[in-house]
Amino acid sequence: MMTIEQIITALDARVLRGHDKLDQNIYCACCSDLMSDVLAFVNNEKTALLTGLTNIQVVRTAEMLDLKCLIFARGKVPDEQVLDAADELGLVVLTAPRTMFTCAGILFEGGVRGASLPWPGLES
Amino acid sequence: MIQAKYTVVRGDYARAGEASADIKRTLKQLGVDSSTLRRIAVASYESELNMVIHSLGGTLTLVIDNDRVKLTSNDLGPGIFDVNEAMQEGYSTADDIARNYGFGAGMGLPNMRRNADKFAIYSMVPDGTTIEMEFNIG
Ligand SMILES: Nc1ncnc2c1ncn2[C@@H]1O[C@H](COP(=O)(O)OP(=O)(O)OP(=O)(O)O)[C@@H](O)[C@H]1O
Ligand SMILES: [Mg+2]
Repeated sequence: MMTIEQIITALDARVLRGHDKLDQNIYCACCSDLMSDVLAFVNNEKTALLTGLTNIQVVRTAEMLDLKCLIFARGKVPDEQVLDAADELGLVVLTAPRTMFTCAGILFEGGVRGASLPWPGLES
Repeated sequence: MIQAKYTVVRGDYARAGEASADIKRTLKQLGVDSSTLRRIAVASYESELNMVIHSLGGTLTLVIDNDRVKLTSNDLGPGIFDVNEAMQEGYSTADDIARNYGFGAGMGLPNMRRNADKFAIYSMVPDGTTIEMEFNIG
């Protein structure tokens, strides 16, 4: 588990939206550019989505799953329209100046875990 | 009984998911618990996106009847030639536009079946595809 504040420090991330919601705990993270994979695997709302995609469907996916935090890797910043949609849902949106791989490694090291897979015999 | 019908437009990625977001809000107001809500939202969103990506357009219908939620997607074609093949995880004919939006993993139909308490798909080439899903919210 990490708080969003701890995630920001660890990733050198910048807060794009949700400055007043940084004290939340994040237990899981999902790292993908495939939204249907995210929709298949995430089953915990205290989950951050780490992705390189910046379009509106990332926000919609987060909305369907009640996610709390979006992290855009490689310093990507979505359009204002996308950010405002995320803001309306109360999401915290971060951008981090590292690759997805490095971001994921740092989060794992900090105690964030992958979503538990719905199939028996597979572990995150 | 509550009923709502949404029009889903082919290729309209900017608005894709708005119907499912509305369905989710409606069910949340009725006090549906968060994990059931998530199952319904995911299944609804996948069916809505499939109509945007793969069909000529269609409708998504929500019926709430006591402790049961029914979601029906119904599109105008072109239908699915081999439904069994389409139901396989990883099978996808999504084009580059869909892939750029994060779709085309071939997980949508399996996600729907897994999340719904009842799932049925009917498809005819070139008439279209109908998916009926039921969820217990009691
Ligand atoms: N409404 C539809 N009309 C026509 N073909 C469809 C429809 N829905 C699904 N299909 C076909 O079935 C395939 C599998 O659908 P599925 O939702 O599982 O995956 P996908 O949409 O390609 O990718 P993903 O859902 O992971 O983003 C599609 O690629 C498409 O060929
Ligand atoms: Mg799909």
